[in-house]
Amino acid sequence: MSLQQDTRKEPSFYEVKKHKGIFAWLLSTDHKRIGLMYLYLIMSFFVIGAVLGLLMKLELIAPNKTIMEAQTYNGFFTLHGIIMIFLIVIPGLPAVFGNFFLPILIGAKDVAFPRLNLLSWYIYVLGAIIAISSQFAGGGPPDTGWTFYAPYSFKTSTNMLPAVLGAFTLGFSSILTGLNFIVTIHRMRAPGMTWMKMPLFPWTLYGTAWIQLLATPVVGITLLMTVGERLFNIGFFDPALGGDPILYQHLFWIYSHPAVYIMILPAMGAISEILPTFSQKTIYGYKAIVISTIAIAFVGYFVWGHHMFTSGMSGIALYVFSILTFLVAIPSGVKIFNWISTIYKGSINLRTPFYWAISFIFVFMIGGLTGLVLGALATNVHVHDTHFVVAHFHYIVFGGVGFAFFAAIHYWFPKMYGRMYDETWANMGWLIFFIGFNTLYLPMFVLGMAGMPRRYFDYLPEFHGGNIISSLGAVVMIMGLIIIIFNLFRSAKIGPIANKDPWHGKTLEWTIDSPPSLENFEEDIEITEGPYEYE
Amino acid sequence: MSQDAHTDEHRDDIGSRFGMWLFIFTELLLFAGLFITYSVFRYKNWQAFHLAAEELDVFIGALNTVILLISSATIAMSITALQQKRKILSLSLMGFTLLVGVIFLVNKYFEWSLKFEHGLYPGSETLVDLGKGEVLFFGLYFFMTGLHALHIIAGLVFIGIVFHRVFKDRITHDNFVHLENAGLYWHLVDVIWIFLFPLFYLIT
Repeated sequence: MSLQQDTRKEPSFYEVKKHKGIFAWLLSTDHKRIGLMYLYLIMSFFVIGAVLGLLMKLELIAPNKTIMEAQTYNGFFTLHGIIMIFLIVIPGLPAVFGNFFLPILIGAKDVAFPRLNLLSWYIYVLGAIIAISSQFAGGGPPDTGWTFYAPYSFKTSTNMLPAVLGAFTLGFSSILTGLNFIVTIHRMRAPGMTWMKMPLFPWTLYGTAWIQLLATPVVGITLLMTVGERLFNIGFFDPALGGDPILYQHLFWIYSHPAVYIMILPAMGAISEILPTFSQKTIYGYKAIVISTIAIAFVGYFVWGHHMFTSGMSGIALYVFSILTFLVAIPSGVKIFNWISTIYKGSINLRTPFYWAISFIFVFMIGGLTGLVLGALATNVHVHDTHFVVAHFHYIVFGGVGFAFFAAIHYWFPKMYGRMYDETWANMGWLIFFIGFNTLYLPMFVLGMAGMPRRYFDYLPEFHGGNIISSLGAVVMIMGLIIIIFNLFRSAKIGPIANKDPWHGKTLEWTIDSPPSLENFEEDIEITEGPYEYE
Repeated sequence: MSQDAHTDEHRDDIGSRFGMWLFIFTELLLFAGLFITYSVFRYKNWQAFHLAAEELDVFIGALNTVILLISSATIAMSITALQQKRKILSLSLMGFTLLVGVIFLVNKYFEWSLKFEHGLYPGSETLVDLGKGEVLFFGLYFFMTGLHALHIIAGLVFIGIVFHRVFKDRITHDNFVHLENAGLYWHLVDVIWIFLFPLFYLIT
């Protein structure tokens, strides 16, 4: 393995410091440093969120009270949801890998508005502090769940205000990141990189950025209205004053369903980068993936009602939302078809990112197909608000986004740190995590169909067996997670030096030094062919 | 090479304006949530909305509309003035915009205080006695005009910063995209009011 340092002309971005000590990070407008700052925060929050999840699973290992009171459990699932959704999976891939790799993948030196980018990070930190502060003051931790459903969210005596305001602030950060990415993609692609020569990860970031921009304000205003309810007793969502709680659900899901696509689109993009590299084969149906990305982003706006099939809507509205939900599954299916066809007859290189990527397809398909069970009206009524739903969205949000996140971090790690991780440990971590994940969530489908409702700290004795398996799965999964994170952490410090292009990739990031220099590219580049020309 | 050098040497006026337009989209969608809420509640309580709207002072509302329209014109003129290198004229037009923006807020203050004196504010007993439609009307009235007033303040701050930068010659006749963006934002604030005014004051 050739030592990267031998060939480099410019120092890596780690070595260029404009400010001293920690301020080299906190005041830097370099997209790579900002991406890493997001990574460290998101991983820290992820550990907290995962521990909360584990504690909930331990509570559910036996009926009746096991390790916590009912109210503590309510607080835990609320905080778990707020942390996982607003602090981790929504910013997730765009904030970390989007910031670090979007400019590199399109041949740019930075994003369009570097200072705005740093501001988004600070707003994210501010939002996180506000949201977490809800735990420590006022009437105790919020207990509404992350959806803040009216009218309970303004009737409960718990400390809702900071949680709602924190989510609002985080939305602001999300909007500014999306705005930045759209302008970057429009204005800063390298000469010769036409839209149809752009790699797929930037394409999915583009779709995501539009959703961030156009959907987030709706939840922003909804959360502000909830603040108004709590502070001034305005009555928008309070039936006693003439308001309508169902209206809250509509406004909330107009954002929060597209938010699922904010999460999953960049995950799909990362997978579309990884599979061609490890199959050494051109991606199958590049245009189909691009079109399906845009289609998901577009149709995803019009399916929010499927969260509310039992809330009270007209019959026609139910049918329309159900049909649209089935429609949005088509572009996702197109992508699966493309990925499988990409691997087919490729010269497959079985490395850690590839394991993560194919297991992504596996869990994403389970999540997607069970989504259709929920999108159909009759079955939805049967499993609504049961553990079936919990299992479904964990397969999508944790299985989809989480697996893609780990795939991406193992894929780009050598580029980000210039070092390679220990692959034996990484593969072992993946295997344990994969087994634990499925042991944790598969039984929940069965429990849900048998009628076990979500959001209770207790259950009937007949559900005991499934819950034991599920809780043991949680323990196994956390063990895998510890191995993965420890391995990455250790390898960033003392792993063997990686060369420029350890996976023989074709996209632009593999043509530059590892870690990249401050301006990414030392000379001007010109793009002449598509991103995945392996043949 | 220092980090600022590589951010400052890159200047993209079209990109900058594009970013501002995207931000304006988000602002419109922010208010869109409230417009939907308004239409839902108006549909359900049209009689109460009719009666409640008569409580509002059309004169002050119309005055504020005229004020904002004029200020939109003056901020647009200040851009043209700067392009023609007439810095003093540009600054005074911006100053005028700031002044009438403040007058708008003063009018709003008096209008709101009058409503408070009559007990027409969210949570008051007078309002609850009037009925649910009135509660919703005045809830929406205070929430939407309040949020709009916050945007007026944000716009004034934005123009104030630009004013300072023009004064210090950091925004000049060949580098005026920030002034343009401030103008765009001010027009947005104006346009939202153009919709708020008929919805609350004129449709009775």
